Amino acid sequence: MNGPFDFTLALADDALIAAQRLAEWTTRAPEMEEDIALANIALDQLGAARLLLSYAGELEGAGRDEDALAYLRDDRQFRNVLLVELPNGDFAVTMAKLFFLAAYQLPLYTALAGCADERLAAIGGKARKESAYHLDHGALWVKRLGDGTEESHRRMQAAVDHVWPYTHELFAADPAAPVDPATLRPAFDEVVGPVLAEATLTRPGSAWAPAGGRAGVHSEHLAYLLAEMQVLHRAHPGAKW
Amino acid sequence: MVSVRSAAQRVAAGTDPRTAVASVVDPEIRVITIDELGILRAVEEDPASGRVTVTITPTYTGCPAMDVIRADIRRALAAAGHPDAEVRTVYSPPWSTDWISEGGRAKLAAAGIAPPAPVPAAGVVSLTLAVRCPRCGSPETEQVSRFGSTACKALWRCRSCSEPFDHLKAL
Repeated sequence: MNGPFDFTLALADDALIAAQRLAEWTTRAPEMEEDIALANIALDQLGAARLLLSYAGELEGAGRDEDALAYLRDDRQFRNVLLVELPNGDFAVTMAKLFFLAAYQLPLYTALAGCADERLAAIGGKARKESAYHLDHGALWVKRLGDGTEESHRRMQAAVDHVWPYTHELFAADPAAPVDPATLRPAFDEVVGPVLAEATLTRPGSAWAPAGGRAGVHSEHLAYLLAEMQVLHRAHPGAKW
Repeated sequence: MVSVRSAAQRVAAGTDPRTAVASVVDPEIRVITIDELGILRAVEEDPASGRVTVTITPTYTGCPAMDVIRADIRRALAAAGHPDAEVRTVYSPPWSTDWISEGGRAKLAAAGIAPPAPVPAAGVVSLTLAVRCPRCGSPETEQVSRFGSTACKALWRCRSCSEPFDHLKAL
């Protein structure tokens, strides 16, 4: 990555796409409380995304605000990791995605809170408290499903196996960034290892590590997500209510 | 919208800006003012121009009530005779439930919302904090869902009186 703008935009896109995916569960979650929980977490991600997008727009200095960045870029211009754009799959896949993302975002935002950039520090200090709740929630479900019935264990393990390769992209080294993502890996492993063990789940090997999201090379899933997210704004530019 | 208007109508013309803004209630938890909730940071009036600058901070980053709160602040200031107002939003230091005033906590409890416990010094939020039922006072309660009707609340249930209730979770 090239500078503070790219770094900020990447974190913003992670949060924005994660929010959009989680929002897809609204009215479809397995129980009412979970429906509310996922909507709440989506709202937190959206809140962080808005702050980060606004700041990215200021850093760029080209007059793009949060809406322009969210609604008027094509998939090749998005910098989110592949993990967040993956389809929700079954509930276990969503929980694996949520758990791994939170286990990355919590140390990320915590490190940001102490970084030299005042704006990023303020956003990190705010968002990390919310990430702690997301992590708790994801960990709770991973344990409950992994150490549950034979069927829930089978599905949770399949979900972890499916999502795990995509976690490596989160920690791609970027020494020039305000926080080098590579430095967050130990904190991630420290949280993830014991939870998987308690959930009686096997941590997958690390052979395949798909990447490309940070460079704008995405899976086929992102364009469909953007089409749905952006259609209203593109059909009615500047519309307000 | 009727209740929002009545909130502004309570502010008499000539009220000083700080008092006017401090009377604005939270749109989602209408028993408590934004001052008692601890999201009102500062109210400054420029003596020369009369322009009022209000600084607020959100409870959660994605709190959807912020736009309404900004509008309510402007409305209250206009009703008090201060039409020239700017509302700024800051994020640092981050809001904490420890900033809710004692008066605010009492109002929450009276409205059936269990107020938050003090925020733990560091580390992950404990799952096993006893929350007292705001209706019957029993500590025999259980969490139904960590996420509730608004971003800042969790859903609990009392095992003694069987009533469900909201709990403003420590952040």
